Amino acid sequence: MLETLAAAFAALMTAEHLGYMLLGVSVGLVVGVIPGLGGIAGLSLLVPFLYGMDPISALGMLIGLVAVIPTSDTFASVLMGIPGSSASQATVLDGFPLAKSGQAARALSAAFISSLFGGVVGALILTGFVLIARPLILMFGSAELFMLALFGLSMVAVLAGRSLPKGLAACAVGLLIGAIGGAPATGEFRMIFNTEYLYDGIPLVIVGLGLFAVPEISDLLRRNSAIAQGTVIGSGWLRGVRDWWRNVFLSVRCAGIGCMIGSIPGLGGSVVDWIAYGHAVQTTKKDPQFGKGDIRGVIAPESANNAMQGGALLPTMLFGIPGSGSMAVFLGGMVLIGIEPGPSMVGPDLNVTYSIIWSLALANIMGAGICIALAQPISRLTAVPFPLLAPCMIALICFAAFQATRDLADLVALLALGLVGILMKRFGWPRPALLIGYVLSPQAETYFYQALQFNGWDFLLRPGVIIIGLMTLASVWFGLRNRVDDTGTTQGAAASRASRGVQILFAVAMLGFFAVALWDTAQHSFLGAVFPIGVGVVGAVFAAILLVHLWRGHADHPAFYDYEIVGDHAGDDDTGWFWTGPAWIAGLVAATALVGFYVSMIVFFVAFLRLRARAGWGTTLAMTAGAAGFVLGLAWMLSLNFPYGLLQQAYDLPWPFR
Amino acid sequence: MTRLSEFTRRGALAALVAGAAALSLGAPAQAEVSFEGKTIEWLIPFSAGGGSDTWARFNAPFLSKYLPGSPTVVVVNEPGGGSTKGTNLFAARAKPDGLTILGTSGSTQFPYLLGDPRVRYEYADWKIVMASPTGGVAYTSPSTGVASAAEIGKLKGQKLVYASQGATSLDLVPLLAFRMMGLDVQHVFGFKGRGDGRLAFERGETNIDYQTSSAYLKNVMPLVEAGTAVPLFSWGALDDDGNLVRDPTFPDLPHFGEAYEMVTGQAPSGPEYDAYFAFFTAGFPAQKMVFLPKDTPQEIVDAYQAAVTSMKQDPDYQASKEAVLGTYEQVTGKAAQALYTKGTVISPELRKQVVDMLAADYNVKLGE
Repeated sequence: MLETLAAAFAALMTAEHLGYMLLGVSVGLVVGVIPGLGGIAGLSLLVPFLYGMDPISALGMLIGLVAVIPTSDTFASVLMGIPGSSASQATVLDGFPLAKSGQAARALSAAFISSLFGGVVGALILTGFVLIARPLILMFGSAELFMLALFGLSMVAVLAGRSLPKGLAACAVGLLIGAIGGAPATGEFRMIFNTEYLYDGIPLVIVGLGLFAVPEISDLLRRNSAIAQGTVIGSGWLRGVRDWWRNVFLSVRCAGIGCMIGSIPGLGGSVVDWIAYGHAVQTTKKDPQFGKGDIRGVIAPESANNAMQGGALLPTMLFGIPGSGSMAVFLGGMVLIGIEPGPSMVGPDLNVTYSIIWSLALANIMGAGICIALAQPISRLTAVPFPLLAPCMIALICFAAFQATRDLADLVALLALGLVGILMKRFGWPRPALLIGYVLSPQAETYFYQALQFNGWDFLLRPGVIIIGLMTLASVWFGLRNRVDDTGTTQGAAASRASRGVQILFAVAMLGFFAVALWDTAQHSFLGAVFPIGVGVVGAVFAAILLVHLWRGHADHPAFYDYEIVGDHAGDDDTGWFWTGPAWIAGLVAATALVGFYVSMIVFFVAFLRLRARAGWGTTLAMTAGAAGFVLGLAWMLSLNFPYGLLQQAYDLPWPFR
Repeated sequence: MTRLSEFTRRGALAALVAGAAALSLGAPAQAEVSFEGKTIEWLIPFSAGGGSDTWARFNAPFLSKYLPGSPTVVVVNEPGGGSTKGTNLFAARAKPDGLTILGTSGSTQFPYLLGDPRVRYEYADWKIVMASPTGGVAYTSPSTGVASAAEIGKLKGQKLVYASQGATSLDLVPLLAFRMMGLDVQHVFGFKGRGDGRLAFERGETNIDYQTSSAYLKNVMPLVEAGTAVPLFSWGALDDDGNLVRDPTFPDLPHFGEAYEMVTGQAPSGPEYDAYFAFFTAGFPAQKMVFLPKDTPQEIVDAYQAAVTSMKQDPDYQASKEAVLGTYEQVTGKAAQALYTKGTVISPELRKQVVDMLAADYNVKLGE
């Protein structure tokens, strides 16, 4: 045993191995910074190097790549409010408000030190856990996985916002969006409305960007200031480290949670950050400011998401089942190197396993170190006047969105969900509740059906199910007590009542969505319809309760909320038209449908910088050329074609206009 | 055992003949066809990191090395619609200049065979370059009382549970196979891959399962040795005449046909077997195929086939292929053509029979 450990360690510490790992880390950092690109893009960049490498170095490179993506994706989440990847969605909730108040460097350094710590703790836990993990992982059957999905959904209690019916209705909308596409039990296609795009459901990256990034961009576009209002505190990074140290136990707990959830195959990594965030909210007693810029809301998800990558290694290596999206890529890479995962990874190949686990710790240290060094200069981006930053951000989220299926429909879906996100933000509907519902919808439905098939209703009596059930009840209890309100001041209800009419209209629209979902179920078999019927009915009930509140509620009922009335921009003469943001994005999407993405993007840059930002021709041309070159370089390296429009259908153009 | 050696010898001979034929046809053509300085897009209708992607990324550099003019071969992923989206794109847009090739998988063949309305491609239009076979082994839990492959008959009348990825996925092959054998199998759908299915077997939630060859060797053999899994049969392989024979990776295991005979007392035949055979071929012996688009000139097709033939001889390729591709030989030339025909042609009656059965018994609607 000790010999194995020593051998693994020696193999790790050679200059060659460290060099390759640094290469992997660098690629991972770059890929992680750009929203929408993740492990998959990184792998296609590294594959050409994999041949002829010795397995340990190749593994180090791959590990370096996947380990640091949840570190560097924080840049976009904190600085721009764009969830860099599914692992950093919860970070947006408090990280972006911190950046807006000029504390970007503090938030970033707290995030990176948490990432580093989480990654190292994850590796430490794994060192022991890997030996006993096989039987433990096998204890989680479909029934237990269903209960874990419910446990994840219980986080909605924390994130439901001020009006519980609103929160639960939002969650139901998410569950239904997640149910679009093939039904797990029968494969019949639900809510596709004869649209080929919807057969596969709406991709996670689109939902994340639409709900979080589009509303923020659109909000910022209306004001002509920089992201950071007031002065940018450039030298906050020491403060961030101190913040983390003060909450080190929270960081340890969240790393543990991340590692455990990552190691259970089937739950998926995309809820880890929300569970950690929910945990932070549930356990914080002192002066919670969650949703408005609480540093603990950054520390918790960032500690968890790096540890989660470690946990996700276990099912990948022991069973060949990827525990997360980037692990699927890692698995592909392992096969290319010639390492087939399986029980031997804790037998004769244990040294390989250990070198993987410790590479993970090392890569986390390297990645976070580089990021901390970069945090200070990069955080100054928040001081750039937003009209100059906006076209880059819009192009960036569109680029990110079409990574999902590389289709024009991705952009249309982004626009549609962006509109939903904008209105939800305006009327105080909790977007995290929708997202959690969306992410857990397939798991909840699939595992419930499978548990019933395997065990019948007896599954409720399994000890694991009872334990997780009790945890879920506790989570709901603590969650309801410490509910997070990310919708600003609480005094606004009475004033918000003024726009009751449009608020009712939006609630009716949501009710209409439930009605459409229920109508769609009529054409499906019992197994395909029962889940959307259940969710649709529950959602409709809560939407109806909300309507009653909005209709008859007393003057300062918490159901009333309109950001246009209570937001700090309200009454400001400088504030632009409400639909500015979506109008520009819609313009870009429409142009893409006509002439393809690449041409549209160039035209969009010129138009936006000239018309909206009122930049001079020099700035305009320089920025357009820079952006066009950057996107072209990325597309070339990833060998991808841009979404095409009518022009490309009529004429055969050379790449990149193809 | 005689069967196996006979198969290998005949296989080797055929490979030689096919290789020689391809070379002799390809040699004069090679002088004309050159992809020098060109980039060849290898379209994979699946996302990166999956089986088909790994397969393509493994083959791409070798193809690049042996195609005339050593072009750059890049893998372009166009996932969506269970691989129908990228394949439709290829059918609609690829030009017959040899610069775009398509890699398909069983999940591309199955919707085509079943008449899925999303399919807007026609296999018969294309030119095959190479086929990559794979195999698989079905196994059961000792709790069924079955102690060895010979006792498969004991499964009859027992309640069996199988973890399936869906009735129109590759798991259609075991579904049809178990049905034909008359086994009472409850298919629990919604699993994301065979790996997840194996996990359900290891947890004791299911008692019958299958894995593709490499996953079986690495992950199920330890269970067999520990006495918690009992192998039943392999799906089998096809010889050059298209006959079902034992899988060369598992010479000691009966193939499906033999297992069927052990359970029912007679050799498999009839329309039900024909339908099974089409899906089996599309799912295993012809699982992954490389195609050139419609109207591609013969000299380009020959250049590609010659490249694959030389690629297979590359010592680097031979050294590393087993880990990625399993123990199966890549097939070109006439043999590939035969697999391609068998795996992509189904009579309208047989199609209707399978589609009706899926609709009646499993509520499967093909997306209308």
